[in-house]
Amino acid sequence: MLHVVNLLPFVLAALMLMIRKKLRFHMGWIVLPLPAALFLYFLTKIPAIQSGDKLVDSVSWMPSLGIDITLVLDGLSLIFVLLITGIGALVVLYSIYYLQKQSEGIRQFYIYLLMFMGAMLGVVLSDNLMVLYGFWELTSISSFLLIAFWHRRERSRYGAMKSMLITVFGGLAMFAGFNLLYVMTGTYSIREIVAQAGTLTDNAMFIPAMLLILLGAFTKSAQFPFHIWLPDAMEAPTPVSAYLHSATMVKAGIYLVARLTPLFAGQSEWFWLVSLTGLFTLIYGSFQAIRQTDLKALLAYSTISQLGLIMSLLGLGSAAAFFAGTEEAIFYSMATTAALFHLINHAVFKGSLFMVVGIIDHETGTRDLRKLGGLMSLMPVTFSVAVIGAFSMAGMPPFSGFLSKEMFFTSVLNIRGFDILSSGFWMQVFPVIAWLASVLTFVYSMILVFKTFGGKLKQDKLDKTPHEAPLGLLLSPVILISLAVVFAIFPDLVSVPLIEPAVASIHTGLLAPGATFGVSIHFWHGWTPEIFMTLGVITVGVLLYKGYGRLRVLDREASGRNVLNRMYDGSVHLLEKGSRRLTDAYMTGSNRHYLLYIFSFMIIALLAVLMREPGISFGMEHYAPLSLYETVVVAIMLLAAFAVPFAKSRVNAILFTGAAGYMVTLLFVLFRAPDLALTQMIIETVSVILFLLCFRYLPKLKKPKEPLRFKLPNLVIALGVGITMTFIALAAMGSSPFEPISEFFLKESYHLAGGKNVVNVILVDFRGFDTLFEIMVLGIASLAIYGLIHLRMEADLPQPQ
Amino acid sequence: MELLMAVAVGILFTIGVYLILSKSLLRIVLGTSLLTHGVHLLLLTMAGLKKGSAPVLGKADTYVDPLPQALILTSIVISFGVTAFYFVLAYRSYQALGTDEIDSIKEDKE
Repeated sequence: MLHVVNLLPFVLAALMLMIRKKLRFHMGWIVLPLPAALFLYFLTKIPAIQSGDKLVDSVSWMPSLGIDITLVLDGLSLIFVLLITGIGALVVLYSIYYLQKQSEGIRQFYIYLLMFMGAMLGVVLSDNLMVLYGFWELTSISSFLLIAFWHRRERSRYGAMKSMLITVFGGLAMFAGFNLLYVMTGTYSIREIVAQAGTLTDNAMFIPAMLLILLGAFTKSAQFPFHIWLPDAMEAPTPVSAYLHSATMVKAGIYLVARLTPLFAGQSEWFWLVSLTGLFTLIYGSFQAIRQTDLKALLAYSTISQLGLIMSLLGLGSAAAFFAGTEEAIFYSMATTAALFHLINHAVFKGSLFMVVGIIDHETGTRDLRKLGGLMSLMPVTFSVAVIGAFSMAGMPPFSGFLSKEMFFTSVLNIRGFDILSSGFWMQVFPVIAWLASVLTFVYSMILVFKTFGGKLKQDKLDKTPHEAPLGLLLSPVILISLAVVFAIFPDLVSVPLIEPAVASIHTGLLAPGATFGVSIHFWHGWTPEIFMTLGVITVGVLLYKGYGRLRVLDREASGRNVLNRMYDGSVHLLEKGSRRLTDAYMTGSNRHYLLYIFSFMIIALLAVLMREPGISFGMEHYAPLSLYETVVVAIMLLAAFAVPFAKSRVNAILFTGAAGYMVTLLFVLFRAPDLALTQMIIETVSVILFLLCFRYLPKLKKPKEPLRFKLPNLVIALGVGITMTFIALAAMGSSPFEPISEFFLKESYHLAGGKNVVNVILVDFRGFDTLFEIMVLGIASLAIYGLIHLRMEADLPQPQ
Repeated sequence: MELLMAVAVGILFTIGVYLILSKSLLRIVLGTSLLTHGVHLLLLTMAGLKKGSAPVLGKADTYVDPLPQALILTSIVISFGVTAFYFVLAYRSYQALGTDEIDSIKEDKE
């Protein structure tokens, strides 16, 4: 059943292709029932999951590689599939009113969105790492397509490219990490890998695998310093930003970290990396968010910051693994509960805030904070949604964000007692940074609400007269944001059925069988330190909001100076320019240069092998005695060859080459090769005649006016080749480990083939195929010569004289 | 004898490569021709020199290795075909382009 569920979005996406482009009604209505139905389907699974069951569905795909499409629905996956389908349905509903029916590419929009939905369901349901990776990259690709939906805009293409490069970079690192896990465990199944968790920690590949997988998770979930793609992805249509870049895709990394926590938790590297990266992203994102003037950019940095919060909570929660089996494990696992609760809350309020921004953009024509103001009375419903969303984001009562913020504070305060890694001081840092980040979060949440809706209307800066959005556009954010209120008042609605089984699937093996985590979130805990921290956040936050215009650090105009973005742009530019320069430097277009590379490589490679190889001997014992006659012939041949480079005229050069060739003929005679001598003489004669026939048409051989720096490298390389070949010849003659097979030819030539001239018998009988193709070579060469001389494109080439 | 031949082959290679690296097409063709001679002599030498009479069966006791000779014969014919083709190519390109300087036959960059 899970397979069908996972496949349905893809099937519908394929069917969308067959729908007529122009419909009488909006295409989104066709899409809407699917996520809604899937949401209801997953809701019915809650009781089974709550009682500790898992839905497992497996189809064999590539059994020889250990890759099967195994889908598992457990507590952790359930939260994610509900988010994906639920918010998916609301986003589709919102997009129906947001995107014009006639606007171009609306069909593609829904096809990409359905592809994304299916891929995301696949990511959170897959039990097989390779299948998970496949779906993971599919989310990257569909996200790329959606960001560049308005592909005629330069910024959209830039943002899509950037997010693609960064997330695929991380995805590939993750792929490598997955394969390391496979090498260690012999399986791609997450459940089977987790079952071997304790036995892997000493493996040399364990830490590299962890780092590579974290790289994938951090890039996808926009953790520092890989967060830079997210603000640029805001060029996507707002429903996409709401769905992909706040509620679902950016949580894929969170999901991966949570999913692999049973494997890696208990490693101090994991604890520090996850929690400190998250914490730094939290404070950095919230600081940057204050400085933005674009509403979507503000929300993007806010998303980065909140993702950091969830990530750091997952890191803190992994501390529980150090105390497996004791009461303290439950104590530290509180952080995981907080992470999951905030995950849900964040999806709820961030989704609705994006939709609110979309409405403002839709109704006023701008998202610029400097142009907005005074919309409170004009857009009361939108304002209410924005207030609830922003206050929930800031962690104010009575909204659900308050509860998760309190739990966050509890977790960072608890972690102070975690001294197993003997780093007492650093543990104190957690609450301080967490508190500071909360203050900043409070400030940008207030900016979001009061700079947009408060103050005076600046009608002269707006293109449209703002008014309240139509009902359809308001429906989704209102539904979403009411959840923030409901979850705040009745937190057990989510904590008992959803979070408890999810915590159980993250912290496997911490509980005695049959026990539950007893997750219960209360609205009011009494006068705890967390309450005083929240009061402090409000006080300092209000002061900061009042005075932030005077603080230079928070200067909005200065927010354009983003070092990380410039570093990214610079490195992309540098890579491109560097490769071009490198290629230009060695691909000169000059034949001679390429020949120089080839010959130098040949010399270096061959000489290096000759030097390193100890077995090569230069034995001289088998050499034939030197005789005067042959020596003289060799000397004449060499003299003739020497004369060629120095020849002053063409005829001389040709004749010297011919002379060298005739000396070779003589050598063949002396070395008892009559057939060779015959052939060589004929061919040398024909060649010389050919050369002499042609040379009249060739230019005068100019005395080469090549400068010394041209000649010298040529000479060095040429000498190198000559010396190398001499050494190779000597080395090859010195050692002959095998008997030659020529005895066979000499013995059997007459018996088997009936010929006494062994060379000819070899050519036409024993190795006749060589001859066949040699004839073909000659045939092809003559055809080509004929073609060269007789065929030409009339227009291209000048006529021969 | 083999030592002398090895050095001679080295020298033929040196001159051949030096000519191939020059600018004039004619010199390049002549260079390949010298290089070919070097290769053929190398093949012949590597089988050992003067170990018997010519490989035509008769009354002799030992014969020289016939296999390298068959290989060289094939190679001579092929290199002749290729050299002839090169030569005509050089002739045609000079006719069409008006130069035999290898560096000026570069394709224009733009």
